[in-house]
Amino acid sequence: MTDATAQNTPAPSGKSLLSLDQRTRRRNASERRFRLYGAVAICLSIAALVMLLTSVIGNGASAFFQTYAKIELTLDPAELDPEGNRNPDEMGKVTTLRYGNLMKAAFPASLQAAGISTEGISDTEIGDMLSKEAPAQLRDRVLSDPDMLGESVEFWALANGRIDGYIKGRVSMASAERDSNVSPAQLQLADRMREAGLLTTRFNWDFITFPDASELRPEAAGLGVAIVGSAYMMLIVLFLALPIGVAASIYLEEFAPQNRFTDLIEVNISNLAAVPSIVFGILGLAVFINYAGLPASAPIVGGLVLTLMTLPTIIISTRAALKAVPPSIRSAALGVGASKMQTVFHHVLPLAMPGILTGTILGLAQALGETAPLLLIGMVAFVRDYPSWPIDGFFDPASALPVQVYNFTTRGDPAFVERASGAIIVLLVFLLCMNLLAIYLRRKFERRW
Amino acid sequence: MYDMNRVENAVGQDEIKISARKVQVYYGDTHAIKDVDVDILDKTVTAFIGPSGCGKSTFLRCLNRMNDTIAAARVEGKIALDGEDIYDRRVDPVQLRAKVGMVFQKPNPFPKSIYDNVAYGPRIHGLARNKAELDEIVERSLRGAALWNEAKDRLQEPGTGLSGGQQQRLCIARAVATSPEVLLMDEPCSALDPIATGQVEELIEQLRQQFSVVIVTHSMQQAARVSQKTAFFHLGNLVEYGETDDIFTKPKDSRTESYISGRIG
Amino acid sequence: MSIGLILLFVVGLGVIGFYLGRRRALTSVSGDPRKLHSLPSQYGQSVFLFTVVPALLLLAVWLLAEPRVIDSRVRGVVEATGATGSELDLKMADVTRISEGLDALVQRSTLTEDQLTQMRADMADVRGRLADVGVALGSAVEPAVFQAAKQRRALVQTSSLLKGAGVALFAIAGFAFAISRINPTFRARNVSEGVVMALLIGSSLVAILTTVGIVLSLVFETASFFRMYPAKDFFLSLTWNPQFRGGSDLGIWPLLWGTLYVSFIALLVAVPIGLLAAIYLAEYASKRVRSVAKPAIEILAGIPTIVYGLFALITVGPALRDYFAQPLGLGSSSSSVMTAGLVMGIMLIPFVSSLSDDIINSVPQAMRDGSYGLGATKSESIKQVILPAALPGVVGAVLLAASRAIGETMIVVLGAGAAAKLSLNPFEAMTTITVKIVSQLTGDTEFASPETLVAFALGLTLFVFTLGLNVLALYIVRKYREQYE
Repeated sequence: MTDATAQNTPAPSGKSLLSLDQRTRRRNASERRFRLYGAVAICLSIAALVMLLTSVIGNGASAFFQTYAKIELTLDPAELDPEGNRNPDEMGKVTTLRYGNLMKAAFPASLQAAGISTEGISDTEIGDMLSKEAPAQLRDRVLSDPDMLGESVEFWALANGRIDGYIKGRVSMASAERDSNVSPAQLQLADRMREAGLLTTRFNWDFITFPDASELRPEAAGLGVAIVGSAYMMLIVLFLALPIGVAASIYLEEFAPQNRFTDLIEVNISNLAAVPSIVFGILGLAVFINYAGLPASAPIVGGLVLTLMTLPTIIISTRAALKAVPPSIRSAALGVGASKMQTVFHHVLPLAMPGILTGTILGLAQALGETAPLLLIGMVAFVRDYPSWPIDGFFDPASALPVQVYNFTTRGDPAFVERASGAIIVLLVFLLCMNLLAIYLRRKFERRW
Repeated sequence: MYDMNRVENAVGQDEIKISARKVQVYYGDTHAIKDVDVDILDKTVTAFIGPSGCGKSTFLRCLNRMNDTIAAARVEGKIALDGEDIYDRRVDPVQLRAKVGMVFQKPNPFPKSIYDNVAYGPRIHGLARNKAELDEIVERSLRGAALWNEAKDRLQEPGTGLSGGQQQRLCIARAVATSPEVLLMDEPCSALDPIATGQVEELIEQLRQQFSVVIVTHSMQQAARVSQKTAFFHLGNLVEYGETDDIFTKPKDSRTESYISGRIG
Repeated sequence: MSIGLILLFVVGLGVIGFYLGRRRALTSVSGDPRKLHSLPSQYGQSVFLFTVVPALLLLAVWLLAEPRVIDSRVRGVVEATGATGSELDLKMADVTRISEGLDALVQRSTLTEDQLTQMRADMADVRGRLADVGVALGSAVEPAVFQAAKQRRALVQTSSLLKGAGVALFAIAGFAFAISRINPTFRARNVSEGVVMALLIGSSLVAILTTVGIVLSLVFETASFFRMYPAKDFFLSLTWNPQFRGGSDLGIWPLLWGTLYVSFIALLVAVPIGLLAAIYLAEYASKRVRSVAKPAIEILAGIPTIVYGLFALITVGPALRDYFAQPLGLGSSSSSVMTAGLVMGIMLIPFVSSLSDDIINSVPQAMRDGSYGLGATKSESIKQVILPAALPGVVGAVLLAASRAIGETMIVVLGAGAAAKLSLNPFEAMTTITVKIVSQLTGDTEFASPETLVAFALGLTLFVFTLGLNVLALYIVRKYREQYE
């Protein structure tokens, strides 16, 4: 066959189309291989996403549940209200120490009353099964309702982090042997209490509303201050970055003459978008704290830094939204005698608004997750007091959600891993809501010209 | 072994190269080509003419299965190249396209050197055993596309640096380099000036010595100048097919007549 | 007076001004708006702008300047005690806390203003009383410090009063001025549009101010760093070993090496995966696969870096240590260059893939047709035509990704470790520029020491590096875009 064809036509022609030649087969194999590489790359990316989310959710879901121990105790008025006036201000002078002693005394007793054997375990060890935060919680409850004094009350006290860890499966008998903070005997007692219904795990709103707690009491650590701090910063970013960003975009897109000065601004914006976030932290430290003397750890400084960081994002998306409004709208408005300014504010801006809002929400989402610059302006500080209401509250110390995550990771107790992952779940839920809102806005107001 | 005889006989001018029977093309729900029957002869220039949107380019793209790259397109009927159904499941479009080359409306040289543009086809199809053979193929193809004299001193310069007409001849050289049996041209001169058009038309006349050429054109003058056979398409139908002279002087169908005299189109 | 109240007053006055201005304009032409130069609401607008804008600008300037002015006045009192350096800083911090504590005492009415004026540190138990309101002091209060605290409190109060009065005065003056200018021939539209225009231009200057702020703060502090620590050692020394008591080695090389090593591994992960994923999505994937895979990859881009950091810390690090480093005898640290690089690579996948996707899609269809028409397979067309055509764009994308990697902080803080080392073993903990910026600036060292100020020199290095990469990348991408326009 080849002999005959070779005389007339060069190599490949004359071969039947119906049979694949060796080379085509090889090429097709390489085609399939290449395609497979692509599919593998996609699968790897998705697998990474799935692993990331399962790791965080798997580790963090338990942070939303907490173990409590039931104590029956009589609130002795002589101890807790020495003046006897039932005046919360006077009662406030009684320290948590006294409540703690009361609790420690009542706890073994109430166990025995429920028929649970406490053999081979000292009262101190039993008392240590409760959180160090529990007396403070009892005190808060008494102070809010002084009439409780003198009565026998049922109190669900926070269990110690190790006991909580045992119920959640983080602590085992074997690990307790090596742990100076918990003993196997305590864990066995916990088992007996659980059977008797004196130890239960329930949903933990305190994780979302409580402030941070010290290194020794992970079971009481919450995100309250961090959520408030983040919310304050988002407010500041929204009220500064949105107007400034929109104003700058309007100027650049609608009014700016083509000259070197405009070019300079444009180059600046595109470069700022790519400056590492930590550099903005340095800016905040040097300018807002050291130079201007604004308070460290305050949402106002964090908000300003995040505003400067988010501005390029907002400007870029706003300009895209303004650009998408067809020129015919502008000509129409100018044609009926509107000034340039009226054209922009009455016609162009309202039409571009959905796009602007979408971009702003995405910019806020980015700012909400930002951590590095906030570390530098002192938001890592341990803050337990809630900041006051805005606007003065903007100047009070606070934390921020992502920084709180970082804070938790720097602490020794393994129970904080659960808290850190739980805080991330909260953060991701916020981000998810913001993104869904952005998608909703885009879908609802999307316009094709 | 049956094709041995066939190939030996495939020298005469009236040998049928491609035969299409009852070809239908659908784009999604649109019926773009209806019942087209046509025989394309070897060593002949066949022109497809017709008003825009009549399906002539679509049909052309069926002949080397370029429509495969469009997900929504579906082809029915039978198209045979040398008696073999090109839509047979066993046919690899890659092998088919090596035999049925194509030149596009707008010159589309790759952003590579002139040499690499021409050598691209031979390289992927493995037509040269060594550098010397490849050099030879490139030179032969550039000569075949009447570009050798202009390009021989700048083979390593980018193909995108050539003028429009030169670019289109480069694309022809690129297509010729894989030694196809059929060359499809989709309005190859529509983006060129009259001088470049003249050069390309001259080239088509030369190419006919070696290949079967199918050209889609908008210009009736061009069809009359370069082709021996002409097919007139209208609204997806092949209205009339015959010798070019006959089509332009004594059309049988009233629609053909209207188009040629400029009343539709 | 609280800032909230001031704001409320200013805006309220502005709104009143708007309505008054509109009415005044209308009455001036006895209710016939056609005789006015501009629309009635534009007269209102001009009053609103004149009331609000100057007052708010004053407020902003005041808020920025206030702490600094008060600080410098009080500092003089404390300096008189002979304190300098870090002692002075500590005392100043005490002054602030005491004055805030005193404020709290007065607010709880356990202390009257008169009592306070009488109170003296050497007589009253200041420390005890302050502890009641949650201000814990390390030692007994020095008289000078207490005096300074009282003075600070007085200054804060005066400033707060002055601020309220000043801002209100500005608002009222602006209000009166704008109202008085209203008459039928007053060009209210031009005036208010002029003010708005000035605001627009001012807003776009914020970008420039930010850059100037960044550059100045980096350059100034870096200069004072180099006055304390020789620049030669910073750029040439191969050891990084900060000490609390001076005599530190602050060579940038171990940090630079760690940064580049982590970034290199990250790019090694992100570039092939991101590029292949982009190619698959652009050229092969069916509509359904695309509609699932593309958003999934984009989700990776929306996840904050702290999440990646935690992922590195609690999952990837221990896994790499247990399944690779320890069995292979390469190390026993869970934080390592590999951990940080791998996780950072995952973070960069969407970045590389979305940029590459844009770039691959911008290669004209005619290129693909040309290649398919010659009988090339899809992969041959991609590898030999599309990618070479898109190469400059892809290179730009990789450079942008590299700049991201170099500036990334949280992943390396949690994943790479803190030990400054020049080592080739990827399973060893190393550290990066960004990690050290965080640790030097959040540590307990005194601000005006080379150990803290070095962070600014590191920041400047980082800024210059990433800026260079970005400018280069944008230049390449822009050149490439022009090719097809």
